[in-house]
Amino acid sequence: MELESLRVQRAKSLSFRWEWLLLVLILGAFFVNVRLSPYFWNYRSFMDALSVFLEAGFMVFSMVMILVAGDIDISVASIAALSSVLMALSHKAGLPMGLAMLVALGVGVACGYFNGFLISRVPNLSAIIVTLAGFSLYRGIAYVLLGDRAVSGFPSWYSYLAWGYIGNTGIPFMLAAFFACALVYGLVLHRTAFGRKVFAIGTNRTAALFSGVPVARIRQILFTLNGLMAGVTAIFLTSKLGSSRPNVATGYELEVIAIAVLGGASPSGGKGSIFGACLAFILMRLLRYGMGLRNIPGQVMMVAIGVVLIGVVMIPNLVMSRKKRTVVS
Amino acid sequence: MRKGGGVQIRGLRELGIIVFIIIISILVGIRNPRFLTWGNLHDMLLDTAVLSVVAVGMMFVLVTGGIDLSAESVLALTGMVAGIIIKDNPYLSPVFMLLFGLLFGGFLGAVTGLIVAKGRVLPIIATLSMMYIYRGITFIVSRGEWIDAHEMPESFKALATGRVLGFSNLIAIALGVYLLFYYFANHTRTGREIYAVGSNLEAARIIGINTDWVIWLVYTLSGALSGLGGVMWVARYASAQNDTAAGFVLTVVAACVLGGVSISGGAGTIPGVFLGAITIGIINNALPMIRVSPFWRMALQGLIILVAALVNVAVARNVERAQLRQREELRMVRHGA
Repeated sequence: MELESLRVQRAKSLSFRWEWLLLVLILGAFFVNVRLSPYFWNYRSFMDALSVFLEAGFMVFSMVMILVAGDIDISVASIAALSSVLMALSHKAGLPMGLAMLVALGVGVACGYFNGFLISRVPNLSAIIVTLAGFSLYRGIAYVLLGDRAVSGFPSWYSYLAWGYIGNTGIPFMLAAFFACALVYGLVLHRTAFGRKVFAIGTNRTAALFSGVPVARIRQILFTLNGLMAGVTAIFLTSKLGSSRPNVATGYELEVIAIAVLGGASPSGGKGSIFGACLAFILMRLLRYGMGLRNIPGQVMMVAIGVVLIGVVMIPNLVMSRKKRTVVS
Repeated sequence: MRKGGGVQIRGLRELGIIVFIIIISILVGIRNPRFLTWGNLHDMLLDTAVLSVVAVGMMFVLVTGGIDLSAESVLALTGMVAGIIIKDNPYLSPVFMLLFGLLFGGFLGAVTGLIVAKGRVLPIIATLSMMYIYRGITFIVSRGEWIDAHEMPESFKALATGRVLGFSNLIAIALGVYLLFYYFANHTRTGREIYAVGSNLEAARIIGINTDWVIWLVYTLSGALSGLGGVMWVARYASAQNDTAAGFVLTVVAACVLGGVSISGGAGTIPGVFLGAITIGIINNALPMIRVSPFWRMALQGLIILVAALVNVAVARNVERAQLRQREELRMVRHGA
């Protein structure tokens, strides 16, 4: 018992330190950005910097949960593309925009449910292979439906979702929606029995199963949630772009997984926090904004994100193994 | 030594792919007789050569229970660097370029291997990151430009157009790779160690296998074969581009999974991967022949991966059951005696 509480305490202090580190990095990136551009230190442009690419952020929360449970989902960006295409097509076919948005959410849920069903019900079928197939399948269906065409012609109020501000506070609507989602997911993951079960599954799946956690059902729910958030992403992304194509959201899965891992989620399960993911998201935005100010092209940014992702996972591992070695000797 | 039930079932698995290949070929051949001509079959093999070479490397990674998503970017980066070198030094021999591809790709793979084996980063995270890192470096070295056919010397392009015994050089190279790695996988100590690591990592470590080294080795091999594939790709299409082979890794994984390689490690054979690559080649070649829009390819590929993975899981369960039964029988015999 004592050992267990000690371990929990240590894990808590570790994650606490991690989030402090992120805060320090955010401050650092902030000052670098201010030095790079005099216009950065301006409420409006700061808010805009945060909401660039914000649509991908919605998938981060559900991805954190999936990583905490020890799974991974690389099909999210493709689900978002399919949701976006089907929403646009159903609107073009005469459906009111409100219902078309529901179509996007429905498509996301259906794809996520399908992933989750296969992963949780078929024994020994890994999340990697199912979502890798989904990565190809869902975007492939989007291509079958739309080819290389684009669909646009959405009502004008629809663009408010991505471009509008709340009243005259200067807070983008999307940013508010993002933090509302963060709050909901944070409470669910860190303050409910459901969240504890997710952590239990990620820490030791067999033990969780034998202590009565409905492992299959919870994994099923997590993948369905991820699909739902891909649908939300599709709605905001399409609103931002003003049109839909099968190749939207390409590469978002790396960004989403990178942010979740940078925020302290471990891809091997059992670790992760929504607050950390939010901080990592803000840090990533500031870095991207800063690199944008220096005119660094997108591909180089991907290199930077890849390096950061590997470093974040590898350095604690190396430190840990060094510590273990000194303990043994 | 008696043959286990598992071996028989796995053999059936390969027989199943062969039957599938024959049925598809006949059906497509009925719809479009041009499909079964020697010229078209040769083109199909030529288009599959790169895929089949890269799939061998991927198979070893999958056998250890990992995955190498960076293969396509290693291919693109090596192809681009090789293209730049051959553009500036047109007198270099094509054989040298192939060796360069192996070494340069092997170096890139070795970096990934170090991150996975020594840095203890999960393969999916490490290789997903390396996929973007190497892709980005491709853009940086090429400065966003591509290398055209007219910038490459004839001797280099002859890699793809030249023939050995009626087969394109590239097909001959792919066959050579298969013979070499068939021997490596089945008849060398290191080859068997790869399977041991994939079947049970802890057990492999306990019996004295240097597991870190084996894991590093498979990523290096995958990198080397992807690099070789990169040079072959650039010679085949006579151009090196920044988005060369984008999304190709899915096709490679599909070929492996179709060939019976288990994504959770421990199972996979060289002949199986060969058949898997051929099947993908036939499907890709047949789609335009029966007038299916190329936009179907991506969705179809996802479906193939999914179905093949489901079949693999079912086969693995049968193998396990057969082995269990065998063990039970053995114990009964012993206790009886």
